[in-house]
Order: sequence, then structure tokens, then C-alpha cells
Amino acid sequence: MTDAHTDFEPRITAFVCNWCTYTGADLAGTSRLHMASNVRIIRLPCTGRIDPLFIIKAFERGADGVIVSGCHPADCHYTSGNYHARRRFAVFHDIMEFVGVDPRRMTFSWVSASEGAKWKDVVDEAVANVRELGPYDAYRALAPDAQEPWPAATEGLAPAGEEVAS
Amino acid sequence: MSRIGVFVCHCGENIARTVDCAKVAETLKDHPGVAVAEDYKYMCSDPGQALVKKAIEENNLTGVVIAACSPHMHEKTFRRAADQAGLNKFMCEMANIREHCSWIHEDKDEATAKAIDIGRTIIEKVKHNKPLDVIKIPVTKRAMVIGGGIAGIQAALDIADGGHEVILVEKEASIGGHMSQLSETFPTLDCSQCILTPRMVEAYQHPNIKLHTWSEVEKVDGYIGNFEVTVRKKARSVNQDLCNGCGDCFGVCPSKKIPSEFEAGLGTRTAIYVPFPQAVPNQPVLDRVNCTLFKGRRKGLAKDACGKCKEACLKGAIDYDTEDEFVTEEVGAIVIATGFKLYDIGKDQPEGLKGYGEYGYGEVPDVIDGLQFERLASASGPTAGAILRPSDGTEPKTVVFVHCVGSRDPEKGMSYCSKICCMYNAKHAMLYKHKVHDGRAIAFYMDIRAAGKGYDEFSRRAIEEDHAEYIRGRVSRIFRDGDKVKVWGFDTLSGEQVVIDADMVVLATAVRPNDGVKELAQKLSVSVDTDGFINEAHPKLRPVETNTAGVFVAGACQSPRDIPDAVAMASATSAKVLGLFSSDELEREPAVAIVNEQTCIGCMRCELVCPYGAIEQREVCTVDGHVCGHTAYVNPGVCQGCGTCQAVCLSKSVELQTFTDEQIFSEINALCAWE
Repeated sequence: MTDAHTDFEPRITAFVCNWCTYTGADLAGTSRLHMASNVRIIRLPCTGRIDPLFIIKAFERGADGVIVSGCHPADCHYTSGNYHARRRFAVFHDIMEFVGVDPRRMTFSWVSASEGAKWKDVVDEAVANVRELGPYDAYRALAPDAQEPWPAATEGLAPAGEEVAS
Repeated sequence: MSRIGVFVCHCGENIARTVDCAKVAETLKDHPGVAVAEDYKYMCSDPGQALVKKAIEENNLTGVVIAACSPHMHEKTFRRAADQAGLNKFMCEMANIREHCSWIHEDKDEATAKAIDIGRTIIEKVKHNKPLDVIKIPVTKRAMVIGGGIAGIQAALDIADGGHEVILVEKEASIGGHMSQLSETFPTLDCSQCILTPRMVEAYQHPNIKLHTWSEVEKVDGYIGNFEVTVRKKARSVNQDLCNGCGDCFGVCPSKKIPSEFEAGLGTRTAIYVPFPQAVPNQPVLDRVNCTLFKGRRKGLAKDACGKCKEACLKGAIDYDTEDEFVTEEVGAIVIATGFKLYDIGKDQPEGLKGYGEYGYGEVPDVIDGLQFERLASASGPTAGAILRPSDGTEPKTVVFVHCVGSRDPEKGMSYCSKICCMYNAKHAMLYKHKVHDGRAIAFYMDIRAAGKGYDEFSRRAIEEDHAEYIRGRVSRIFRDGDKVKVWGFDTLSGEQVVIDADMVVLATAVRPNDGVKELAQKLSVSVDTDGFINEAHPKLRPVETNTAGVFVAGACQSPRDIPDAVAMASATSAKVLGLFSSDELEREPAVAIVNEQTCIGCMRCELVCPYGAIEQREVCTVDGHVCGHTAYVNPGVCQGCGTCQAVCLSKSVELQTFTDEQIFSEINALCAWE
């Protein structure tokens, strides 16, 4: 670990499935397992839903690392979504390495609904790995406009009148 | 354009202790598109929900974000509240700042910053939510109960009495489970068979119950209200329509020395057998592994080596050439009640466990487990109820009972308490003392856990009235010493070593989930915990449901349970099943994929990856009726909403409602725009 990165707080986005890892992370909460606060979770129904573009987008928007986690093989709530995810990421992982993204920035793991402690380990390890690697700015250097400061990227407040469609 | 309301819950102190809720609300109030942001002590309470409803009505909100607990906890609660206030319920989402934030972080600044991020993410998602209608699906009003022990029997009877058909599947030749093996039950000491067998017969004769014994679940398809279960009826070699249960076949069977599973290895049975005289159905099965005829066939003998049972059967019910049959049952709900097994602590440990070789189980014949003692004490057991030790058939004068063998021992065994052992050890000590008046019953215990109605009184009675000697401490070694069994133990209250020359030792081995539960759980898409017990949907509020809608759980397959608990749980599952069957249609969340036929190129990659076969190809016709192309179509009744199709779609033409690309990319945008 280089000293230069000790004061750097990694930003990590986690894409997790609703049934195993999200529930496992809930269990880590109910078990009061303290872990690094650098991870932000995006809930999806299944890892099979994860489009590799989500990961590229996360890096583009300033993430220093990404976690993808779902049900163990053979335990998928949807029978086989995690197998599709596994195959997809085996390929995607190599492509990312080829284009120059350090593979240690991407963690792929299985965390079941009963593995709160494993989720904590996955989080802490991913944070430690990314902290060692330092900030990921290669993408942002290429596309300086990609990361706009909050909140310019979103729309404003609709008027309270009747014209609001809902 | 949106008008979103953000409601930050303190959850008492649960969130507010590490998250500055007022600051979260204040910050998010300035987030684009947010019309109102408030914090409140208990958002899920009646006044909390009223606050949300009032805000929706007064501010004409288009979306609601509840920053509180996990969506698995209260999403339904708040969606109902939104619905009542006139907002489409799918416009309400939870931001999980409790399980995923306040409970796992200590630093208040960090946790508050994270809670704000989580709130922003969900706000951005809600901006792209669309009002949706629930999907209605029909319900098949038949249930399947897997496992015919006391829990399964009770669940089946309750559902059947409620007026619905039940299919009861049991892997053994008879229903009854472990309870049929017990001698007497705590805390009343009434005879287990006497209270169980009438229930077994009632289940067998019930017009609404269809019984598949010697059968296992092979495959499960479908979803709540519409399961299709394939049951493997293992080859019984006995035609159940013809057999009248006379027993002539097992009278003539030459293989008589097969250890009986029902007698826990203390008795023997024949190759064609009924497990016990009160078996339901009272019809034998042929154990092909041990049968002389089948042994011969496996060796390739030209002529069958035996055939006595077939000759003896006057009804002509025996057929050596039957094969496994597969039956498909359509059911709307499934109850798992597969029960338990005892931890086999011998030296051979197939599952990577360590066992307790130092206790001599499996090597010293007079070291037995609790279930074997039940058979010794049972009037229908191998000794007709006399307590005689297995090695030489003499009456043991000193019996040592060891509690917690493999339970509460994270180092070597299971970390959990097996719950029933303290009570059955007290019962065993009493039964022994009632039969051997001059004998000594000595129990080594860690703690006496006798919580339950009449339980503590019962275990006290064992000590005070029947003079069982209780020693608080552990046993280090048990070994044969002449015709005695030497027990080395330690009394932690006096601090002294204890050496006992016992005649017999009874080990209260840990309760573990039954064999095959993990495979069954996978077929049903339910999860098991680290010890292999079936996971309930919520440890407190949904104890008999599983994570798969329409699949329920009863009895000791969920955690160690005694009979009253298992029965109560079984009745609870039947209440849930009957509730499900009370309406003709079910409402399901509209989390299904929709194809945009304008852009779909008909490559059908989605069809290849769909786990449910929900996607089919449809023809596209020109105005004059010529087929000019194909597109995919998703059957909303079959789609379960995993979204795998969307991830592989080349033209981005299929979209999973509630998790659209637009929603997820907005979340990513929000998340990664950290300061």
C-alpha cells in the first residue's frame, strides 16, 4: 500500500440481487456488523438483470470500484439468472482488464441471505483493495464532462398545479 | 417533472443514533424535484403514515421516498399508505438507511452522508417510476405438504378440514415420522403412539387428503397459486390397490437380519416390510438393496434367487418389475415439513464435521443416542419396553445421560441449542427410574433449559421425585472398561473430577435438518441457513412463510422444535394456506418484462435465457396479412421479473417494469456524483 492513498476514501457501487445479497446485507445490519461506509448499494431483482453497461456507467460517473454480488450457484431465486451473470462477467472482466482497468476494482462474489458476515468481509476487502489502488480517474480524464457536480444533471421541481401527470 | 416527498424515519433511536435525520431531510429538501421533506420518530406508526398521506394529498405529490428500513420490512406498509392517499402505490419506494446504514456504521458524519446518498439514489429512481396496475392470477386451490411427520400430518388435516384437497408426500413407507418412534412424550408422559396413530389414520381416511408414501419431490415448476410438482413414486414392488396388509409376505422373507430404521438399529426387519405394525398405509415395501432376489439380479443370475413373498401373496399384489413412477400434481401452495435427524456423532463424518469419537458412539454398544433409548423404553420396541442394554441384554443399574452432545458447541458441533434435549433427558431419567427402581440415573448438563408450559416443573420432578442425579459439567471421554462403560466427567459446581462406572450411556445428540433438505430447498427456490435449516421469511413477523411466495414451512425443518411447537406451526401454515385459498385470484406485483414491438428485431436471445419459458416468438404482419417479421412476446402470467432478458437484449427493446434501464442509470448517476 502506498502512503499517498491513505487519506483517500474510495467510492464503490454495489450491484446486488434482491433475494440473496440484499437480504444478506440486511442481515449484516440486523446483526450490527460494522463495516466500511464507502459502498452504495443498487438493488436489482437478480444479478442476471445486470447489464455490463451499468458497471461502465458507474466508473464513468466516478466510482473507484464496483461490487457485483448475487445468490450462490444453484440458489438463484430465478433458477438460473446468476449463471448468466457469471458467464457475462467472466468475459466482461477480461475486457475491462484488456482496456486497462485494474481487475481488483471489480469484485464479483456470492453472498446468500444467511451470510451477513460474508457481506461485511466482501465490503471491507473491496474497500481495502480499492484504497490501495487509489482513485480511478483514467475514465474521467478522457471524458472530463462526464462527472458533473450535483445537482445539475437532473430535472427540477414540477409545479404543484393540476398539469402534473401521475 | 416530478414532485417528490421524502420522509425520513428515526426508527426511535435505531436510525437517529448514527444518522442526523433532520439534516438528511433538510439536505434532500433541496434536491431537484423534491417538493417536501420531513423527518419523524416512527414513520411506520399510525401518525407517521398519516403524515405521509397528508403530505401526498396536500402537495399533490407524484412520488414518495421513505428513508427508513429495508424494503423487505415495510415497503408494503408504505405502498398501502400511498395507495390510500390516492397515489399509485408503485410510485413509493424505500431508501434503506437502517440495515444498510445506521446499523452498520458508527461515525455519525459518515453515516449521515451515506444516508443522504441513499436518499438521492432512490429519489432519482422514483422520478422514473411509472404508475402500474397489479396483475391478477388465478389460484389452484389444492395444497401439497412435503413430509408426513406430526407437523405435516397436522398441516394436511387442517387444510383438508378447511375444505381443500391436500397431497401429502412422504419419503418413507409410512407417515408418522419421528413421533411414531417415541415411547412417551413430555411433559405429560402420555404414550406417543396413542396420540399420534389416530391422527395418522384420520389423514389416511380423510376424503380431501391424497397420500403418496415412499415418494419424493422430483421437480417443482410454477409460482404461487400455480405450482406444478412432479412426485417420484419410488418402486414399491407392491401393488397398493391389491395389497390388504395381511403380512404373509414378510413372514416368509428369508432376509431377516436387516437393521430396522424404525428401531434405530436396535431391532431387525425383513427385506419386504412395513416399518412398524401401526404403519399408515399398512402396506409393505420391498427394500431392493437387501432383497435376495434383487441381489441376484444385480449379480446377473439367469434365474431369480428368491420369490417367496410373491408365492405367499394370495392377492397377487407383488410385482418385482415395477419401476419408479412420476406423478404431476398441480397445487397452489406448498408446505415444507421435512423434520429432523439426529447428529450421527460416530467417527465417520461425511459432511466435514468433526464428530465425537471420544464418546465411543458406534464402537461401544452400550453407548446409545436418545432415539435408541426411546425404542428401548417403548412398549412396541425391541425389548417390549424393558430397559435392557444392547450388549448383553442385562438391566443397567447405572445409566449416564449426557446433554448437549454436538449442541451449543461451535468448536466441534453445532452452535445452536437443540431445544428438546433437556426435556427428553429428564423424561428418559424418569422413564428409567420408573422401570428400574434401584437404578441410578445421572445426567451431565450445561444448563437446564426447560422453558415451556409445565416444562420446568417436569424437569424438577425428575430430580426431586424420581431422584435423578444432575451434575453440572461436561464429559471428556467414554470408553469400555470390562463390562462397564467408564465415564470421565467434570463437576463444575464442586470443581471436582467425576469418574462413573456406568452400565449404559445415553447421548443427547444435536438435532439437525433431515437429509435431502438442501436439494429440496433448491427445487423450491427457498434458502437454508448456515446449519441447513429452512429460512423463514422474517424471524419474528413471518415465521411460517419462506422467501418464495406460496411456500410455507412447519416443524423441525425450520429449527429444532418439540411436538407442541411443531403442531402449532403446522396449524399456522394451514391458516396461511387457507387464507391464500380464500380468494379466486391473487394479486401480483407488476414486476414483469414488456417488449417494445416497434424496436424488437426478433433475435430471440431473450427466449434463450428466460428461466421460465415466458417468452415466445410472435409474427408481425403487414396490413394485407403477409408475415413480414418476428418479435418477442412476454407472457405476463409466467414472467417472474428477473430481468435477465433485458440484460441480453441487443436492441434494448425489452424492459422490466420497476427496474427499467432508465431507473437504474438514474440511480447510478445519483450515486456516483458524490462530492
